[in-house]
Parts: sequence; structure tokens; C-alpha cells
Amino acid sequence: MNNTWWKYLSIILLFYSFIGGLLFSVPRLPIVNETIRGLYFHVPMWFTMVAMFGISFYNAIRYLRKPNGCLDTISVAYANAGLAFGILGILTGMVWANYTWGSPWHGDPKQNGAAISILVYFAYFVLRGSIENEEQKARLSAVYNIFAFVAMIPLIFIIPRMTSSMHPGNGGNPGFNMYDLDSRMRLVFYPACIGWILLGIWIASLRIRMKNVEEILLDNGK
Amino acid sequence: MIIALIKKEINLEIRRKAVISGLLIYLGCTVFISYMAFGFRVVDATSWSALFWITLLFTTVNTVAKSFIGEKKGEDIYFYSIVRPEEVIIAKVCYNFFLCSLLSLAGFVLFTVFLSNPIADLFLFLITILLTSLAFASSLTLLSGIAAKANNSNILMAVLSFPIIISILLLSIKITKNCIDGLARSVSYDELIILASINCLVAAISYLLFPYIWRS
Repeated sequence: MNNTWWKYLSIILLFYSFIGGLLFSVPRLPIVNETIRGLYFHVPMWFTMVAMFGISFYNAIRYLRKPNGCLDTISVAYANAGLAFGILGILTGMVWANYTWGSPWHGDPKQNGAAISILVYFAYFVLRGSIENEEQKARLSAVYNIFAFVAMIPLIFIIPRMTSSMHPGNGGNPGFNMYDLDSRMRLVFYPACIGWILLGIWIASLRIRMKNVEEILLDNGK
Repeated sequence: MIIALIKKEINLEIRRKAVISGLLIYLGCTVFISYMAFGFRVVDATSWSALFWITLLFTTVNTVAKSFIGEKKGEDIYFYSIVRPEEVIIAKVCYNFFLCSLLSLAGFVLFTVFLSNPIADLFLFLITILLTSLAFASSLTLLSGIAAKANNSNILMAVLSFPIIISILLLSIKITKNCIDGLARSVSYDELIILASINCLVAAISYLLFPYIWRS
């Protein structure tokens, strides 16, 4: 944790994406107009959510291979962070949909898939809450975590691509590649993604450290 | 060994006839309630498929949920000493698949009797029922194992399984709609292939993960 350069990098990239996302010029398109700037703030949330759940999934597998309380703590912290980004992703999407589609919840396949995958991770926390034994809690929730991540893949990546959707990038609607005629948007979009992912890792690492300190305090209390 | 385990499940089921007949009556009651709730008349195709799959969802979740809950503490340890966990999960999934498809077909018959039968392409619909039953069986068996290890099993079972089942259910509902509309079979091939591949995925994951649940 002594290496703090990536934390500075995260802050710099996020400030750059806020300023760039609001001020740089963007392609003008009918209907979407200025709301295209939502791409800089909405899409990175999903990238970060998938990255967080991915790290959580990876640590759940590591836990099952070699049980160790630390890995469980890491897995939970990343699932938590991923859930937070998922909720932010839905909220930012709803703000955008309200102006572009006319209503915040439009029953779009992508919206529904995202909502369901967030439900799956809520179920993960319900499962953790209902088991007393620490070791059993860690193992069962690791199993559910792996199952949940695999079940999330068809929801987020496959089904929305098959059904007609009003979401940009689906069902004949222009996606990122068509908006972005001269790659100007990528200059802000990719740094934003990296910045948010680093921020997510930072949040999760703080939670892990808090949990470790709590455990040390509990042990000393005995 | 797997066959012996399946036989054991069937034997147990025959000995406890109350459970399976209870499930059949549960199914019957649900169908009858939907029939009465819709005012004793023929429902339109969209409501039909929604009612059908919701009824099946609740029935199969209840069916599979009992696959571990029924077992006593001592039995667990005994099985642990004589069989491999992989064999247990395969046997349970096979048996639950059999049970789920039986109940789904019974449900279909009941729906035909009470709420009419709007299906134009029967063959494709039966394949969909079988594939969905397999998907339900393979995903729910693992989840019921998790729920059985945690204490408040019934609520937990529903909470854990519903979000995961939804992606399968959405595909089935879509194919059912195609069956009702009598579209050409080639229209549904994409969905069928995805349903089959979700089946493989879920079954493989259950097979890999079950030993870790069973160990405790």
C-alpha cells in the first residue's frame, strides 16, 4: 500500500474526464445532441462494475482452491464496490433515458439485464447475512459468487445483443463506433474508464484494510 | 454408481408419496387459481405464456428445493464416505430433470384443460419445455444445496434462484411466443442454441462447484 502513484493517477484521470467530458467538443447528432456526454460518465460505471465483479470472482475462485480468510475479505470488498458502481450506472442511465427516451425506466433489455444482475449480487449479500459460521459463510458465498458471475454473462453480454433495443449500439441504433467519427471521444472515454476502475480498487482496498483492522481489534479485545 | 443414486432418489420418492402428490396438487391449485383469477374465460396468448412460466417457476423451485432439505444430518456423512460428490450432483440433476419435466408436462396438460392451448408448434414447444427443465434442474440443484447449508432455507432458496433463473426464463418465454404465433422454426434456432449453451454452462459450473458445498 506504500505505492500511492496510482491513487494520484486515478484522481488526475477523473478530473481530466470531468473537465474534458463537459467541455471538449462532441459530435452533434439528432435526438442525442449534448446528452452524448453521458457516455463519459455512464458507460465507465459498467466497465468498472464488471471489473470489480471480475476481481471478486477471481478471488472467490482463489478462495475455493486454497481457503484463506483474507481472500474472502477481498472478494466481498470488490463485490461491494461493484454493486455501488452498478447502482450508479443504473442511476446515470436513468438520467440520460429521461431526456432521450422520455422516461427514466423504459423496459429496455439492457436496463432489465443490469437490474437483474444487481439483484443477483443483492442475493449474494443476503446469503452472507444468513449464515452464522464464518468458514461456511466464506465458502458458500464464494460458490454463489462464481455462479452469479457466470449467470450474469448471458444477462449483460448476450441477451441484450439478441433482442431489439433502443439502447445506443443495439438493434441497428448507432453505437460508440458510429458516434465517434474522428476518435475524439475515445481521448476522454478510455482515461475515464481507467480512472474509475482505479478508484474502485482504491475504495475496495480501503474496505479490506478496515476489515483487517477490525479483526485485529477484535482479537486484542479477547 | 450414478444409476444406483438415481434409483435411491426414485425409491425415496415412492416411499414418501406425500411430497410428490403435494407438488402435483400445488401445481393444480396454482393453475386453478389463475383460471379463476382470469374470470373463467380463455386468456390471450401473452397472458397464457406469462402464467404458464410463472406457474412452472414456482413449482420447480419448490420441487428442487426439497432435494437437499429432506436429507437428515447422518445420511450426509454416510454418503460422504461412500460416493464422490460429482456422482451425487449428477444423480440429483438427472433426477430433478426427470421430475421437473414431468411436472412441466403435467402443468401443460392442466393449462390445456383449464386455460385453453394456444400453442401452434407443439413439437418445438415440447423441446423448449425439456430444455428449460434441464436448465432449471441443473441450476436449482446447486442453489438448493447452498440454501440447505444455510439455515432459513425456503426464503433463501427463492432469493438466490429467481435472479439467476430469469435469463433462462426470458429465453423460454421468447420461444414460447414464437410457438404461439406459429412462426417458422428457423426463427427460434438462435434462442434454442443459446438456451442449450446456457444449459451446458450452468451444468458445468454446478458440476465443478458442488464438491465445495458438500465438503462441510
